[in-house]
Amino acid sequence: MGKFILRRFLWMVLVLFVVSLITFILMRIIPGGPFTGEKRLPAATLAQLNAKYRLDRPLHIQYLSFVEGVIIPRVTTGKQSNYLDHEYLINVRLPFGDRTTFRWMNFGPSYNSIGRTVNDIFREHLPISMQLGFSAFTLSILIGVPLGIISALKRNTLIDYLAMAVAVLGISVPVIIMAPILQYIFGVQLKIVPVSGWGNLNQMILPVVALGASNSALIARLTRASLLQVLGQDYIRTARAKGLIERLVIFRHAMKNALIPIVTVLGPTLAYLLCGTFVVETVFGIPGMGKFFVTSVTGRDYQVIMGTVLLLAMFLVLANTIVDILYTFIDPRIRTD
Amino acid sequence: MSEKVSVSPSNQIPQFEKVRPTSLTADAFHRLRKNKAAMLGAVIIVMNILVATFAPWIAPKKYDTVSFKDINGTPTWVTRIFSNMKPIEHGGYVKIREGYLLGADNLGRDLLSRIIYGARISLTVGLITPFINLTLGLLIGLIAGYRGGWLDNVTMRFVDIMYAFPTYLLIILLMAVFRLGASKLEPGSLGYFFSQLDASMGGLLFIFIGIGLTSWMNEARLARGQVLSVRENDYITAAIAIGAPTSRIIFRHILPNIIGPLIIAETLAIPSYIAYEAFLSFIGLGVNPPTPSWGGMIADGVVRIQAYPNHAIFPALALFILMFAFNFLGDGLRDAFDPTLRGRD
Repeated sequence: MGKFILRRFLWMVLVLFVVSLITFILMRIIPGGPFTGEKRLPAATLAQLNAKYRLDRPLHIQYLSFVEGVIIPRVTTGKQSNYLDHEYLINVRLPFGDRTTFRWMNFGPSYNSIGRTVNDIFREHLPISMQLGFSAFTLSILIGVPLGIISALKRNTLIDYLAMAVAVLGISVPVIIMAPILQYIFGVQLKIVPVSGWGNLNQMILPVVALGASNSALIARLTRASLLQVLGQDYIRTARAKGLIERLVIFRHAMKNALIPIVTVLGPTLAYLLCGTFVVETVFGIPGMGKFFVTSVTGRDYQVIMGTVLLLAMFLVLANTIVDILYTFIDPRIRTD
Repeated sequence: MSEKVSVSPSNQIPQFEKVRPTSLTADAFHRLRKNKAAMLGAVIIVMNILVATFAPWIAPKKYDTVSFKDINGTPTWVTRIFSNMKPIEHGGYVKIREGYLLGADNLGRDLLSRIIYGARISLTVGLITPFINLTLGLLIGLIAGYRGGWLDNVTMRFVDIMYAFPTYLLIILLMAVFRLGASKLEPGSLGYFFSQLDASMGGLLFIFIGIGLTSWMNEARLARGQVLSVRENDYITAAIAIGAPTSRIIFRHILPNIIGPLIIAETLAIPSYIAYEAFLSFIGLGVNPPTPSWGGMIADGVVRIQAYPNHAIFPALALFILMFAFNFLGDGLRDAFDPTLRGRD
């Protein structure tokens, strides 16, 4: 197991390295820089700005110094500590010395919002996107799995057909259609929930449903198919034959195996939900990371782009690794080596 | 079943009713024709294609004619459906303009005409992108699967890595590279040629390339898996033994045997490509304005959804109907060509 985790960890490092390299190259192919916007700056000012942010160094040095800032942790002491809180994403106060702090992941300054670091921006906008993504994720499991179980158990009844019809509908409707229609029906027409905004619980309902609906449909269909397949197996017949009550047959015997394909899609689902928040954020006026990403791409805010891509990729790889490890617990037949 | 078999007393060979022989493909199309949902999808798609092709004749107005006196104008029937849109005459705020069948947008352009022209974009993306993806994925998957060894290893690890790349972020980045990069190229270079070609296609070329570069991985993986199983067959060994060149083995012996599942997978993926284009146009990196795209129209309309819901809801419905049609047809095709998959995910 230890060896397996180590190998997965090394794989993660490789993935993040390649992802960051591709992002870096793509960004730098776009001509122009963060300071060549609509306002034309004098050449001397431009040169000074570039020198300040080290954009005049060779590209490979810029890349390496970015990587160094992100991966090398530091321990700092003394007065300057308070300022450094802005620069690093992870700041852990250690219980000894004069403001001794363990710091990790410095994504650097933002070029477009002068005076703010990338981590300032993350602290303000990322939690919102994460809340949205994780709520939608939870919703899609909470709706999808029970719906799938019910339709598998009531196979070929009206409930089953109804549930699966709704599921097919849900899968085929992307967020870009779901969001405005839900917003119109429940926000504008029925006035049950606010049309836009973020913060209150009732403001969260529509965006979370719009984002999670298609995934809950996907999970429902998968759960149904997987449970039906398991229910046809011999050991289920044995369990029933020995007189076990139906509830135990389903939940103790069948569900364990039926869960495996569902767990497989959870990693990619989470990935999709965390990245797919952009449309929902725009439609419902949510101040999340998605909108910020697009403006930073068009504004060539290199550090924000790199930071966002890396952080999200990190979440994705971590989610997939956790899924892989969960596997071995759910299904001991799967070997880790 | 025994009625059809007539056995004569004198121990003759039983005579079966003659059935016309059918090929596997004809059989599949027969099954497809009996699938009502798939046929409905096909009809909707054909109608969309007709509308898109003859858009200049069908559309009541030009899609980019701005009319300031008709800004946000709405016909009466639309105000009846969307109950919060009260006409000025009844104490509301909505200008009544019967000349616009679905209403006019915030620049006074006819919504119906824009939706009709918008079908061109969604359909082109839905019908062309699969070919690009199929070519790219097949080529990579075939080579990796057939050659095997380190090449296969490197390719598949790269595919794994690309799966960890947040797709939406990658496509935004790629589109930014294409769109912003194209503005600074010198005439004569290859990039300049492409950007001119893209501009002449209303921005579609870069959308094809962008979607192609972000979604070839599924195809490559699928193709490779198929090659691995087909490669072990005796007829491949025989082809190698008689000295057939590798390209002939790949394209004449392997390709025809693996293409079926790939085509079906691509058909099923069409709705997601249409959704990609809508997403790109929604965030402003899609087709060049004023070319109408349903995604762009939704983005424009969503801002005013409280006052003028028709601006966002109608293009959303158009997108919804087309995606459904492709979904139904895709499911039908899969069931028809591979009945064992019916009802599975």
